Amino acid sequence: MSRTTLDLWVGLFVALGFAALVFLAVKVGSYTDAPGGATYTVEAAFDNIGGLKTRAPVKSAGVVVGRVGGIHFDSQSYRAIVRLDLQRRYEFPVDTSASILTSGLLGEQYIGLDPGADSEILEDGDKLQITQSAVVLEKLIGQFLFNKAAETPTHGASAQ
Amino acid sequence: MNALLRRIGAMTVDGVWRLGFMARFFLALLRCSGQSFRRLPLTIREIYFSGVLSLLIILVSGLFVGLVLGLQGYDILQRFGSSDALGIMVALSLLRELGPVVAGLLFASRAGSAVTAEIGLMKTTEQLQAMDMMAVNPIARVVAPRFWGGVISMPLLAAMFSAMGIFGGWLIGVVAIGVDDGAFWSQMRASVDFRYDIVNGTIKSFVFGVAVSLIAVFEGYDCQPTAEGVSRAITRTVVSSALAILALDFVLTSFMFRGL
Repeated sequence: MSRTTLDLWVGLFVALGFAALVFLAVKVGSYTDAPGGATYTVEAAFDNIGGLKTRAPVKSAGVVVGRVGGIHFDSQSYRAIVRLDLQRRYEFPVDTSASILTSGLLGEQYIGLDPGADSEILEDGDKLQITQSAVVLEKLIGQFLFNKAAETPTHGASAQ
Repeated sequence: MNALLRRIGAMTVDGVWRLGFMARFFLALLRCSGQSFRRLPLTIREIYFSGVLSLLIILVSGLFVGLVLGLQGYDILQRFGSSDALGIMVALSLLRELGPVVAGLLFASRAGSAVTAEIGLMKTTEQLQAMDMMAVNPIARVVAPRFWGGVISMPLLAAMFSAMGIFGGWLIGVVAIGVDDGAFWSQMRASVDFRYDIVNGTIKSFVFGVAVSLIAVFEGYDCQPTAEGVSRAITRTVVSSALAILALDFVLTSFMFRGL
């Protein structure tokens, strides 16, 4: 058995193929943190989660610190319970507040964590006490129109 | 009426018959596969014929698909003022769908048909029977290396197709139209996930590789040993490979990408 030019071409082909895969992996894709890796779970109850989805990022100060692990409806309190899988290396005080925010005008929704000042840190299974629901655009517009309608007569009266 | 029913019945029974034979053929192929790795030059020769020789058509098609995606994507995205997201659109559509599917279709028509023709002609000229007479198993010697050559080539070709397509989208978006280079790559990197998008796309192309290679070697092995039979087998390879790729793509997509 000896080397042939055929081997050279096949070697080149395989190398090119793997180069393409490496290009895709390094330049195009990014790694997210391993699911079920070193994370701890806390829960937060929201009145309204808007369009939040599982696997949405959890950010603090703009840095991704975890993922939304699951969402379910609690039929006792009629609120949405959101499970947050936070990375083990990030610690937050127990009075941290969670709010549902939107990246950009039409972007995806994510959970923002604002750390409190307590000296105790969140443990696995804890509940976040302070939460702020998603802003629902329809409600906001409704409120705006309502205010507008309420102020029009007084505006007219002052003009007279 | 009666004749029509009889024909439909015969076609159904024939189809089931072929499917059963194909399954048995696949098992026999897997059982003989050890040899195609122990005698690696056989497989390497087939990687050359189905992989290396498909390289040109794959790279050129990938480039043009990317160029078109760049133009069309920019045209749609700039209406919403989000032309920076061009990179995401090009990368995701290539990695998830177009890369594996179009590379698979090209691979079926470029390499699959050639494999069918080769095996079919070997059968027609009774070379396969001659091997059997010399106590050489034709499935181990002829069929298995061609099958594995295709299976190995296909994911690599699909990856090259996607990479080339992204390069094409970059050429149109960044170089020709003037989308910001940094936004193009950083937005792409932010929303393309390695496990979710790239690994799933590679699994797709691997499955298509198995399907196309199996259909190609089977149609060749099963063809009528006449000139007409070989030509019909080649047609069947291309048609059923295309159908298999598209149907499997739907099944795999519904498993992989459900937007959870």
